[in-house]
Amino acid sequence: MSTDSVVSIMDERDIERALTRITHEILEFNKGAEGIALVGIVTRGDILAHRIAANIESIEQVRVPVGSLDISFYRDDLASRVSPEVHKTTLPFDVNGCTIILVDDVLFTGRTIRAALDAIMDYGRPSEIKLAVLVDRGHRELPIRADFVGKNVPSEANQTVRLFLEAVDGRSAVEIWQAKPGEHIGSAPLPKSKTDEAVDL
Amino acid sequence: MSALATRHLLTIEDITAQEIGTILDIATSFKEVNERTIKKLPTLRGRTIINLFLEPSTRTRTSFEIAAKRLSADAVNMSGSASATVKGESLVDTAKTLDAMDADLVIIRHAMAGAPQILARCMRASIINGGDGKHQHPTQALLDLFTIREHFGSFEGLKVGIVGDVAHSRVAGSLLPALKMLGVETVAIAPPTLLPARPDVFGVETSTKLDEVLPTLDVIYMLRIQQERLERSPFPTLREYAMLFGLNLARLKNMKENAIIMHPGPINRGVELSSDAADAANNLLLYQVNAGVAVRMALMYVLLGGESDGAIA
Repeated sequence: MSTDSVVSIMDERDIERALTRITHEILEFNKGAEGIALVGIVTRGDILAHRIAANIESIEQVRVPVGSLDISFYRDDLASRVSPEVHKTTLPFDVNGCTIILVDDVLFTGRTIRAALDAIMDYGRPSEIKLAVLVDRGHRELPIRADFVGKNVPSEANQTVRLFLEAVDGRSAVEIWQAKPGEHIGSAPLPKSKTDEAVDL
Repeated sequence: MSALATRHLLTIEDITAQEIGTILDIATSFKEVNERTIKKLPTLRGRTIINLFLEPSTRTRTSFEIAAKRLSADAVNMSGSASATVKGESLVDTAKTLDAMDADLVIIRHAMAGAPQILARCMRASIINGGDGKHQHPTQALLDLFTIREHFGSFEGLKVGIVGDVAHSRVAGSLLPALKMLGVETVAIAPPTLLPARPDVFGVETSTKLDEVLPTLDVIYMLRIQQERLERSPFPTLREYAMLFGLNLARLKNMKENAIIMHPGPINRGVELSSDAADAANNLLLYQVNAGVAVRMALMYVLLGGESDGAIA
């Protein structure tokens, strides 16, 4: 099969509904927005984190801090791939003692989350870290599970599940792609224009 | 997937303008790490990095060592006096010995131009040139570019003047070609005896009159007068050199408003920089040193990452 066989499993309205439900679940679990900080993993999780923060603000009238995390330097597969684009990590709050909701687009092997946990620990000692993902596609290689899940999507190991968002891709969807042999399975690459920005002198 | 087409950084020409951009972007992230309380990342855990410094150096060697340690690599320092070279071992034999110990990366500083190329030919490890004779010092060029880009936001429309011993300077030997790659206008300012023999190769203008060029410059890059590398006296006295080519209070006032002073260090106070110029607010010398650690971390990251091509999610 080629990459032409793409199956769309969520559109913008599905994504919005899932994020709204995740927001309510977070607030229900935490009994409000007290002490919460959202941390999104770049390059799509940070956008989702901001959308959840906006939802929290409209429900609770509380503005929670939002950070973004780049896990490139914490990956366990540096020997096989190096990300030429590294984005800024910004955690604009004191990590110590707060409840961090880690936000990512697609939960797959769990290795990204393992790296993200290590990265957060280098900033301090949060009292708790919870994981929210838009899509859980299974195939875990580590004992990691999400606390808040937008949609469970059964998938094959050779498929790649990708989130596209209006803000960076010009369209919003969750799609299942057939991966070509040897192709990296993971988040959708940033559009060419955004990549150019990153290396622009 | 590797971020660079090369495994080594022997000369600045080993990388492209776009790859320079990639390294500087990644260095920005490492700079943020260096501002944390815990300045440590697990990125290069288990890798062995050897600093083979066969010529005196404090800042460059320390900078590489700190960079390696902040990335959790095992850094080993070897200096000329403490190595077997004093027992008569050749450079190739030293290189093969280190290779037999499975070093992943060797940073070499050597008094002879071309020593890093020799290592690259007889070792499996990646090689970084930490300064070879009067030839090149590419990581200095990278950290200088980082400093310039951080200050001005981009390289567009800038004019960089390099003042001093351009002919014998490995700093200029890497910085001039790098600036040429990035399309930055450059001018070498020195007594005729210290101007490059072939300025056209570097694409650099030349001048012997600092006061005429100074008001047009955005970056005034002062080179150290390397008394140890000057075989015959290229100018009558140091005092005369300082008067004609040194940066002093009067010349500071003659600079463009947003212009910056840079220097690769160590400085000779009273020669190329008066104390006023050495301590001026727009002298970015210490910023360069600070940037050096982040830039070297970025370089180690891109050189040691992505060596095999197994696809991992």
